Amino acid sequence: MNLGFVFKLAWRESRAARRRLALLVASVAAGVAALVAINGFTENLRTSVAQQAKALLGADIAISSRKPLPEKITRLVDTLTRADSTGSKAGAHAQVTSFAGMAYVPRTAGVRLVQVKAIEAGYPFYGTIVTAPANRWSGLAGGGRVIVDPTLLTALNATIGDTLALGDARFVIDATVSNIPGDIGVATSIGPRVFLSASDLAATNLIKFGSRVEYEIFLTLPDPGRSQAIADKRRPGLRAEHIGIRTVEDDRQDLTDTLTRLGHYLGLVALVALLLGGLGVASATHLFIRRKLDTIAVLRCLGATAGQVFLAYLVQALAMGALGSLIGAALGLGIQQLLPLVFRDLLPVDVRIAVSPQAVAIGVTLGIWVAFVFALIPLLGVRRVSPLETLRRTDEPGPGRSDPLTWAAFALMAASVVGLAAIQVRNLRDGAVFAGGVGVVVLVLWLASLGLIAALRKWFPSRLPYLWRQGLANLYRPANQTGTVVLALGFGAFLLATVFLVQHNLLREFRVGNAGGGARPNLMFFDIQPDQAGGVSALIAESGHPASAPVAIVPMRIAILKGKPVVPDSTPRDTTEQEPQRGGRNRGGPGGRRPPGGWAIRREYRTTYRDSLTDSETLVLGQWWKGPRGDGPARVSIEQDLATELGVTVGDEIVWDVQGTNIPSRVANLRTVDWGRFQTNFFVVFESGVLEKAPQMLVTLARVDSAAARGRLQRRIAERFPNVAAIDLSQVQEAIESVLSKATLAVRFLALFSLAAGTIVLVGAVTTARLQRLREGVLLKTLGATRAQVLRILVAEYVALGLLSAAVAIVLSAGAGWALAKWVFESRFDLPVAALSGLTALLVLVTLLVGLWSSAEVLKRPPLEILRSDT
Amino acid sequence: MSESTEPMLVSQGLTQAYLSGGRSLTVLNNITFTLERGGFLAIVGPSGSGKTTLLGLLAGLDRPSAGEVILDGHKLSGMTEDERATLRSRKVGFVFQSFHLIPTLTARENVQVPLELRSEPAEERAQDLLNRVGLGDRSHHYPSQLSGGEQQRVALARAFASRPQILFADEPTGNLDAKNGAAIIELMMELNREWGTTLVLVTHDRDLAGRARRMLRLADGQVVEDVTYP
Repeated sequence: MNLGFVFKLAWRESRAARRRLALLVASVAAGVAALVAINGFTENLRTSVAQQAKALLGADIAISSRKPLPEKITRLVDTLTRADSTGSKAGAHAQVTSFAGMAYVPRTAGVRLVQVKAIEAGYPFYGTIVTAPANRWSGLAGGGRVIVDPTLLTALNATIGDTLALGDARFVIDATVSNIPGDIGVATSIGPRVFLSASDLAATNLIKFGSRVEYEIFLTLPDPGRSQAIADKRRPGLRAEHIGIRTVEDDRQDLTDTLTRLGHYLGLVALVALLLGGLGVASATHLFIRRKLDTIAVLRCLGATAGQVFLAYLVQALAMGALGSLIGAALGLGIQQLLPLVFRDLLPVDVRIAVSPQAVAIGVTLGIWVAFVFALIPLLGVRRVSPLETLRRTDEPGPGRSDPLTWAAFALMAASVVGLAAIQVRNLRDGAVFAGGVGVVVLVLWLASLGLIAALRKWFPSRLPYLWRQGLANLYRPANQTGTVVLALGFGAFLLATVFLVQHNLLREFRVGNAGGGARPNLMFFDIQPDQAGGVSALIAESGHPASAPVAIVPMRIAILKGKPVVPDSTPRDTTEQEPQRGGRNRGGPGGRRPPGGWAIRREYRTTYRDSLTDSETLVLGQWWKGPRGDGPARVSIEQDLATELGVTVGDEIVWDVQGTNIPSRVANLRTVDWGRFQTNFFVVFESGVLEKAPQMLVTLARVDSAAARGRLQRRIAERFPNVAAIDLSQVQEAIESVLSKATLAVRFLALFSLAAGTIVLVGAVTTARLQRLREGVLLKTLGATRAQVLRILVAEYVALGLLSAAVAIVLSAGAGWALAKWVFESRFDLPVAALSGLTALLVLVTLLVGLWSSAEVLKRPPLEILRSDT
Repeated sequence: MSESTEPMLVSQGLTQAYLSGGRSLTVLNNITFTLERGGFLAIVGPSGSGKTTLLGLLAGLDRPSAGEVILDGHKLSGMTEDERATLRSRKVGFVFQSFHLIPTLTARENVQVPLELRSEPAEERAQDLLNRVGLGDRSHHYPSQLSGGEQQRVALARAFASRPQILFADEPTGNLDAKNGAAIIELMMELNREWGTTLVLVTHDRDLAGRARRMLRLADGQVVEDVTYP
């Protein structure tokens, strides 16, 4: 084969068509830009985590426990930090004690639940905590001062220099924290932190029975290189006592794994943009080839083989794909600079943006590959163009369904989508699931456009005015672009709408679950000691607000499960051991792939006792207990998902370790629990008459309507019972909304690229049909149509296209949103009709504007000019 | 220019039939003739008589239902599509009624295509040919910048670029006015005389047909007249 000819022809042929090929370039560029940006950013994130890992932990090793660290840990710390015989420098250690408490500023009367962190001098050993005013951190050790998150000052309406009450102690607010290594911006909106010296801890008198305290000791070693070996050796023994040990490397690994996975999955959204670009490539190629049929026939006549002609056009498509990929990569590098703004508050490290050659290479390769795979199917048609066409204009080349190469090309395309997704998420199964999902959406959008065309043909609205009929008829005339446009626009809209629906429903579940009527509690007091319960209730009652009876909470662990003693796990550390982020809500759901047991068996349960179900609970198996129990084990009710995870059902026996005392129980029934409600919900409920004497603390819920009254009540309780902490529902709600909106911002930002890609496909579709439009428009004008009339025909067509795309996309996203709500988030589903109508209107507007913009020439050109021109 | 004594083109019992609406429609029926090297054959007949179909079959652009075409000693029926394409690039030139220049290529690049297909040096020869057809100064113009007559002259230059042994022309003057048409005919005959290229042309034009040395008249897919002029 004569390749010189192929390349020469490809070059010369592309010259006159560069404007049309520019669309192919743009289609590829949008997707590649998104991919390069997100993948490059993920790469930067990995590097930054690796660079800042030591500062993230602040030490070589951290040992943590929910109980005061026992003597043996103190001895272990001494051993580990002691200088060894080689004469190296001795290590150091510092303890950090963290718990929740109420901060109160007498001057402003502001009160707020905070995270108290009592710091021993020396912490952090690595990394710098930046304060404002500067260099105040080391002064903390002197005592009597606190350094706080800036959000706390805002919440309490306080300033630096104010006095802050924490339990029984008083402090001067010395500075705010500007930057702590490892900080996640949004986290402080949930619980602003108050740092104080460990020497001041006792004076606060805040740590009581039932307080959730984390004791963590940070150490540096004489030989930091050995930290991982030491941690791995000690881990099994410590785990048996529910003591954790982690190193810089552990933290780095966890963080890198999590962030990288997150980055890769976000990249899927970018991949959708690239695939839509592929659609643009296919349609641009298809229309390009249609215009080239004569040329191809002549070339065949002159003796070019089918292969040569095919190659000449493939070379053009690949070259444009490569050009598009390079432009996209350059754009992507620019967007990468913006991503830190989008993700700013979600990331624990300061990301240093740098060009990632790997991300660029992957992006460019995928871009060229997508251009290749999507151009292939229309290009294969080139082989079937007969030289006879030069003599006689036959119909266009047959669809070639029987062409095995076309089928092979379709198979290659499908395999590519799976492959690209699998490469992106580094997981074949998830890649296949993604490709399947894309396939379903594409199929539905495609069928919907076919349905519209068929419906228009069958039931044409012949009573409409002529101009509307003409516009609608454009949707099904030969060589229409309806399918392509619906697919391209619909996919982008589908993504945006689905993200929006998920966000809406997560927030709504929380709002609705807690809004209903004036009776629902919105203020929770916890860590109430048994001897304070009466006083707290009395204070609430005095203020005239309704409140629930205090609910007892008894911490316990499982000692024996169905006759099998729970042996402390000594298997090597794995990620399934970590505490789930959101109170273990989603464990056991399809999203959670943890092995049975594991954390559920060894965790601490905060259990209550009562003899009735609450309104957020539903019995699903067995009987609720009635009457006094005999001598048998205590009757307990277990939450259904937990029961599945523990592998227990009605009738099974569980022995609980309650502060050292074993209490046997038998599962009497299983419940489901609506965790979304702001109230005291429990995995395990005991019948009463068993735990009353066990060490416990209490929780009380109250309903206080005005924010001012909530502040007053919290203040009164903070003054009388400084150890009692309060959660204000509206603050929780704000925090959740802030986290969700920041997380969804990132996804929406990337979804915009798919809408951009869809718009490019739309521009392409409109532009490639431009000549036909021009001729029609001119013909209509020649026949006496005014510009306004021609305009209305175009408006009718694009409004119909936009409406169809949006409608199908929103129906699809409603389906997807519902499925996500049901199976992933396990929440109720609600369709925000007004907001979705707005989205539809927006999409129709975009379609209309792009359509009219691309068709502007139809309106402008005088009739004669076009009848003369031939191309 | 060929040493061979074989005839340039042989048509043996050439038949073309299509299935149309369930009925077999015979477009060409048993066409048999032989054309010597350097000959000039005009195929004439009314619309629908099968002229263009015959031309397509003779040039190997299509396969017949029955019969055989032997082009310069090569039996076309035994060749694949690509082999026939290669044969065309070496032996055959084409001129079409609607010129069929490639709109994205300049005049000279259009003329270069057959040469480049054969990996031969192209530019100089293409320029010579354009000079020959009187368009030497238009070589960088695109087809849309040329008149119909000029386009057909470029097409003629392209047809002769690879020194074909046979030139097929489908109504070469059909889209031209009388003056331009006559000029094209003159050029074709000049080239035929100079290089001994065999000419096969389909035409409605009585004048044009009258200048051929042999005339084949078709009606309803059959040869009804075969005249050789002295």
